[in-house]
Amino acid sequence: MTMELLVASAIAVLTAAGVYLVLRGRTFPVVLGLAFLSYAINLFLFAMGRLVIDQPPIYDKAAEAYTDPLPQALVLTAIVIAFGMTAFVVILALRTYLETGTDQVDGHKDGEAQP
Amino acid sequence: MLFLLALLPLLGALAPALAIRFGRNACALAAGAVTLSALIVLGSMVPGVMRGEVFTASVPWIPALGLNASLFLDPLGLMFAGMILGIGLLIIIYARFYLAAADPMGRFFTYLLLFQGAMLGIVLSDNVLLLLIFWELTSLSSFLLIGFWRHSAEARQGARMALFVTGGGGLALIGGLLILGSIAGSYDLTVILQQKDVIQASPLYLPALLLILGGCFTKSAQFPFHFWLPHAMAAPTPVSAYLHSATMVKAGVFMLARLWPVLAGTDAWFLIVATTGLVTMVFAACVALFKDDLKGLLAYSTISHLGFLTMLFGIGTPMAALVGVFHIINHATFKAALFLNAGIVDHEAGTRDIKRLGGLFGLMPIAGTLALVAGLSMAGVPPLNGFISKEMMLYEAADTVWLGQAWVFPVLATLGATLSVAYSLRYIVHVYLGKRRDDYPKSPHDPGIGLWGPPAVLVALVIAIGLAPALVAGPLVNLVAGAVTNGAAEPEHLALWHGVTPALFMSAIAIALGAALLMGHRRLDRLWQGAGLPEAKAMFDASVRGAVRIARRGTDLLQNGSLQRGMAALIGTAVVVGFAGFLSAGYVPGERPGVPASPAAVVGWIALVAATAMVVLTHKARYISLIYIGIVGLIISLAFVHLSAPDLALTQISVEVVTILLMLLALNLLPKQTPVESRPWRKIRDGGVAVAAGLGVGGAAWAIMTRPLDSISGYFWENAYSGGGGTNVVNVILVDFRGFDTFGEIIVLGIAALGIFALLERVETGASGKRLAAWKPDTVRSPEHHPMMLVVATRLVLPLAVMVALYIFLRGHNQPGGGFIAGLVVAVAILMQYMASGFAFADQRLHADHHSMIGAGVLVAALTGLGSLAFGAPFLTSAFDYFSLPLIGEFELATAILFDIGVALTVIGAVMLALAQLSQVAERAEKEPQPETETAMDINPGRDDAAAATKADQ
Repeated sequence: MTMELLVASAIAVLTAAGVYLVLRGRTFPVVLGLAFLSYAINLFLFAMGRLVIDQPPIYDKAAEAYTDPLPQALVLTAIVIAFGMTAFVVILALRTYLETGTDQVDGHKDGEAQP
Repeated sequence: MLFLLALLPLLGALAPALAIRFGRNACALAAGAVTLSALIVLGSMVPGVMRGEVFTASVPWIPALGLNASLFLDPLGLMFAGMILGIGLLIIIYARFYLAAADPMGRFFTYLLLFQGAMLGIVLSDNVLLLLIFWELTSLSSFLLIGFWRHSAEARQGARMALFVTGGGGLALIGGLLILGSIAGSYDLTVILQQKDVIQASPLYLPALLLILGGCFTKSAQFPFHFWLPHAMAAPTPVSAYLHSATMVKAGVFMLARLWPVLAGTDAWFLIVATTGLVTMVFAACVALFKDDLKGLLAYSTISHLGFLTMLFGIGTPMAALVGVFHIINHATFKAALFLNAGIVDHEAGTRDIKRLGGLFGLMPIAGTLALVAGLSMAGVPPLNGFISKEMMLYEAADTVWLGQAWVFPVLATLGATLSVAYSLRYIVHVYLGKRRDDYPKSPHDPGIGLWGPPAVLVALVIAIGLAPALVAGPLVNLVAGAVTNGAAEPEHLALWHGVTPALFMSAIAIALGAALLMGHRRLDRLWQGAGLPEAKAMFDASVRGAVRIARRGTDLLQNGSLQRGMAALIGTAVVVGFAGFLSAGYVPGERPGVPASPAAVVGWIALVAATAMVVLTHKARYISLIYIGIVGLIISLAFVHLSAPDLALTQISVEVVTILLMLLALNLLPKQTPVESRPWRKIRDGGVAVAAGLGVGGAAWAIMTRPLDSISGYFWENAYSGGGGTNVVNVILVDFRGFDTFGEIIVLGIAALGIFALLERVETGASGKRLAAWKPDTVRSPEHHPMMLVVATRLVLPLAVMVALYIFLRGHNQPGGGFIAGLVVAVAILMQYMASGFAFADQRLHADHHSMIGAGVLVAALTGLGSLAFGAPFLTSAFDYFSLPLIGEFELATAILFDIGVALTVIGAVMLALAQLSQVAERAEKEPQPETETAMDINPGRDDAAAATKADQ
């Protein structure tokens, strides 16, 4: 059992959950799905720097090995942007619900025939 | 000098728009002054060019793409620039008197100068990429000019059609010139033009040729792309005169001439270009004969003459190219004069319908004389300039063999010339000669000099070139022909009399037959009108409608308004494309040794998968699913800790807290349950797509992780401390190496927060306001609104949390931490106050304007970045030094810390703006009594009980 296998399978599970939830018909599960996709994508980007244990990218002349700092910097940005996006979508969902009285993603009223 | 020339009209385009405030004369004067000064600049370079010099100017723009702002002025460019500016000046004078008082003149001249600048750019560009930019600009600015009379549907349709055809051709030209540039290894024309053998030997020669011709033929209205030009006649007449005599449509011919040295001379070139030109010439001349609209007649005659020019360049001999160059000048003079004349007739007689005109010569002798001379030149009657170039064209055609047939070119060229004589004479005879009528819509008389002066100048040129061609046009024509053919064309002595040649007979036949055709025009016209010929516009409209229908059907299939269907199509496509790519290449397992997983990691993995499964299974019970998703976020943070990414762990955990808080607040107002509505098969379908997507992404991650890494990060590692002054390489990347990314990111975050603010600010109005007013808490409420323990604990924690944030912030440059994380920690600490003590309480004490906090953050970051400019370093270069203070010891100060302050401020402002706004809405919806008079520690824990008791009593 390697770390790589664990992380790759975790990414797979998170992506699958994200995709499934994004395809639901109500806004709240869709928001959850987006959050899952963010997790999966951030982990994926992070994994591009390969997995290294106990070698944080803190510069030290004596350090012989270090983990790749670049994906970490990119993912740090990605986490914050993902937060901005999730926050916006949540509020959009809320406002839509208040405006239309339904949280169906296409604005169909409850009980209406679905296409 | 060249840049001045190219930029004058483009920058000067503003002048008329501003000058219109001072009246129409000032406006025209401004436009005229711009053109005149450009003409003077050009004039100053004429002697040099005539001596054989080539002026160049170049500024690197995007050298990595081979895109440089390189201009050059050779004889060909000089000739075109002279026509563009010279005729442009005449057009401006004419337009001043032509445009009605109601027409917005400032806008007109601005468009005209924009167009002029774009045309100049085409003929002066050395770099083909630059040329393409100007090429597209002419398409766009001619769209504005053709559609100048916005109120007319015809003008709008004509403009759209012109844009569609010439813009589409422009796309083809882009492809063609890119191929040409890649064959030649350079995008500079001066280099490309020296590489004839390389280009013609390349297997990509034919595709490049076809694409380039696609651009030239659409622009120069060659059959079957000719149909846009007649519809572009909906433009004001000065525009038609400008676009269709000297500029826009000549751009295609210009490209043929420009690339003649490298493209011409092959069979493909001859067969495509010469044949297209010949067909266009004959076909359009035939249509022109039966057009009753004066401008329609001139439009088709223009197409015909463009075919004439295309054919000459297509023949591929240096002599034919020389004739082409000569006819470009001649056509520009007589055709511009005729367009302007048609405008005069329209202006004075009130109609352009030939069937309603006739006998105008006596009423307007000046206009009549001008039309007579220009028309005879177009017909090719001696001793005018049109005669000479037509004679030379026939001479070339007589020697041209087409697919082994010697008769095709001479016969068809003579036929074209015959038809040309007929329609030219028709313009003169049916409009000016014949009996005077008494039913003109207006009473015609000669216009003022403002309208007849400009065409008179052109007509004077027509006569001068006709009488003394060697003197007036000879040197220029020979020089330009030399430039077009790379020196292959022998200098030719232009003369009116060429002796008794076959061409003379062909000319004579054409004039005699042409006159005869006009005699029988009435009968022929009846036949033509009765023939029910297909109309290009109808075909064009039908094909546009068809394309729209197909596009709509495709769109409806994927996007019927259902988000679910759209998302499924999107993700499904990604999955299919991904797997197709995977299966088309053989899979080879990676070699990189893995990192053994610790038991703790396995436990974490199990928890993550279990929590994810629980979210999916329980997502209908929304509160519960939020708890599970919190677990997922927590485990990912732990994974970051384990995998040497402390910064990410800190960021993830604090973002997690804020996200869950936000979702809780939103969920308070949203439905708490998701109804069951997906049918089982839909769940199975979505599940299938989800599993496939998961396998794809996970598999890709696995494949990458098991392969060795070749990273560029060595640079960051080595320079972080020496160049950025920090040991936390991630932080140094964020605030220094890739500071610009971070700068963009905090702006995005700020915008997202402002978007949230905008969504919530007006929530209490309209339909949502009504729903909010009617909203009732639908979950069990704690009897204590503000639990005492929580209130006290959060207030004690607040200073500690701020302290921690400060610590994280300050150590960020060297140890895990930094502005993002510090900002999030502060935001969480403040949010706790909102949660524990209520919105009103916290808001009263905070006095923070979140909007200005976001603004200040972005501003601080930007100013820090700009500060480095003051020291001559690039944007966002950081500086640092070490200082020492008594007691504290040595410490470091870096400008990056200022930047990080900006980041932190923006993060706090954005998070607070979003959540505070939401909690305010929530609190109002709760209709909670506002504890405004109470002070911090005065809350009586029993207060809410008492309130509940009173409520229960009621």
